Amino acid sequence: MTQTVSNTAGSAAGDEVFGPDVVAKAADLIARYPQSRSALLPMLHLVQSVEGFVSQAGIQFCANQLSLSNAEVSAVVTFYTMYKRKPCGEHLVSVCTNTLCAMLGGDAIYERLQNHLSDDGHTPLKHEDTSGTPGEPGSITLEHAECLAACDLGPVLQVNYEFYDNQTADSAVALVDALRRGEKPAPTRGAPLTDLRTVELELAGFYPEDEQEFRAIIDGPSAAVETLRGAQLAADRGWTAPTMPETAPALPEVDKK
Amino acid sequence: MTTADTNRPDPVTPVLTKRWLSPNSWQIGTYEQLEGYTALRKALTGTPEQLVQLVKDAGLRGRGGAGFPAGVKWSFMPPNEDKPHYLVINADEGEPGTCKDIPLMMADPHSLIEGCVIAAYAMRSHHCFIYVRGEVPHCIRRLNAAVREATAAGYLGTDILGSGFDLQITVHAGAGAYICGEETALLDSLEGRRGQPRLKPPFPAASGLYAAPTTVNNVETIASVPFIVNGGADWFRTMGSERSPGPKIYSVSGHVEKPGQYEAPLGTTLRQLLELCGGMKDGVPLKFWTPGGSSTPMFTAEHLDVPLDFEGAVEAGSILGTTAVMVFNETVSVPWAVMKWTEFYEHESCGKCTPCREGTYWLVGILQRMVAGKGTASDIDTLLDVCDNVLGRSFCALGDGAVSPIQSGIKYFRDEFLALCDVNKATPALAGAH
Repeated sequence: MTQTVSNTAGSAAGDEVFGPDVVAKAADLIARYPQSRSALLPMLHLVQSVEGFVSQAGIQFCANQLSLSNAEVSAVVTFYTMYKRKPCGEHLVSVCTNTLCAMLGGDAIYERLQNHLSDDGHTPLKHEDTSGTPGEPGSITLEHAECLAACDLGPVLQVNYEFYDNQTADSAVALVDALRRGEKPAPTRGAPLTDLRTVELELAGFYPEDEQEFRAIIDGPSAAVETLRGAQLAADRGWTAPTMPETAPALPEVDKK
Repeated sequence: MTTADTNRPDPVTPVLTKRWLSPNSWQIGTYEQLEGYTALRKALTGTPEQLVQLVKDAGLRGRGGAGFPAGVKWSFMPPNEDKPHYLVINADEGEPGTCKDIPLMMADPHSLIEGCVIAAYAMRSHHCFIYVRGEVPHCIRRLNAAVREATAAGYLGTDILGSGFDLQITVHAGAGAYICGEETALLDSLEGRRGQPRLKPPFPAASGLYAAPTTVNNVETIASVPFIVNGGADWFRTMGSERSPGPKIYSVSGHVEKPGQYEAPLGTTLRQLLELCGGMKDGVPLKFWTPGGSSTPMFTAEHLDVPLDFEGAVEAGSILGTTAVMVFNETVSVPWAVMKWTEFYEHESCGKCTPCREGTYWLVGILQRMVAGKGTASDIDTLLDVCDNVLGRSFCALGDGAVSPIQSGIKYFRDEFLALCDVNKATPALAGAH
């Protein structure tokens, strides 16, 4: 889906790294907003979908498209945790270690993965370290994440931001082992697993134009049992919200000013 | 089952969550079969002023944490259109414990879209942005699909349903920054900048996105609007209390048997919620809990009967926040939990205001040292002193939120902090040294 470009971090000429199709996509993004600079966050997701991280060339590219200085773009890149400053693996594994998930096992999962993914077998991975060669199949970047807004399903982890709910240290190890073998275990909820770059292109705002292809990633497993518990309990017990009037009441009268 | 005048509502009142059980609930066909887009047709027959009045009459209060009356907020938008008006949906859900908006947008994105069209019409806005945190691509896919479907069906775009009203919705992915859930930081982020809060006033209704009149509303708030249009203000007020009307999604997580999303009338208590979710996990007793995320001061078992509405939570010494009810049992160390939350605030402080940036840094240092067993009793006073210097001294509420767990944790569990320090009584260390 995206062309692979060798790592040219340090190159000042962003436009040489990013082909005409990326330039066209950047122009498309700019056209979606009343002011061009609003396209910067999506555009950074776009350059990350090409290179797997935001390189100096990526910064230069965005600056060129938006008539900003490199410093202005860099200031934004360094503010947001999803923009990675060094090359990432095929997959990004994010483990929630905020209080609630941590208590339910998130800290233990993260620690286990830090050790399990260690390339030399004894130096634990640090935050945003990569196991394997970045960009190569089966390579994994590991990070701890703040609250991922799935607390009823904790402890949770994400692969390329797709949710894997109710994890244990053992299930997390099995998951990353499968990823390293080149498998793509299905997320608990969401679209089939792809890779970080593909998801970054979606976050930039680009989806398949073919309707069938698009529907295939939209439909599929959705709400977890936990999500539906309240609604299901109400259905089981015959509980409902108070009934609405049969015909919608008239809108209130207001004084004309 | 319940009538407005004779009975209390049922314990669970699915309104926003009702469609979630339907197969393919996110598709426009399902939505239309279940009264979807009927409220929009009705709204477009009225005037913007009538809709603002309706939302005021219903007493709908913001579901993003602050509880500001939505109709009043809408009425701040200028009546003229000298500048473009913007409606911005805050879907940057990230307050620890909060997990209601993302399931809502996944399961029923059209309810948000329909609410957006009605709200935009009421505020004379022709461009709406939905700012979603970046870490939820599936939610973003569903929203994009819903926008595509709604546009094809004529509910979005130009001359919506022949009314002459135009609206475009842009779904915008964030990039990982809790602070962007603060409305002015969100606007800066949407303008392509670092997400740092702005000083208010001017408020967004006067000078928001691109310095134009802007209203920022939470997902759950806007998704409630179509139901208010269809049911009317009186129906909405059959749930909840006089000042906190309506149903609310309570997200119960942690040490309970059945964590999940329970939509109940505002004012439901933790005791009632625990009954719904099967009680404490394995029967281990409750120790502490938050009524609405980590930024809301914690409660204990003493507060089981506090009505969880905007007034009830405040009267009991906390705030309602996002009704993210995180439940912790007796096995959890309060100082540890407080330290973890403080690490979160330190990481997420945007760095703009010195008290918050420096304060959270030192608070983490002290708490980590205490949890490591190297604290002294005087550290408790130092923590509280630093909290005093953070609270109310920054542009936005992040700093205030950061001190909530510390102040409330020490208030209810001071002995537990002291116990960490007992061994070090003889050798006081420098505050914050580590």
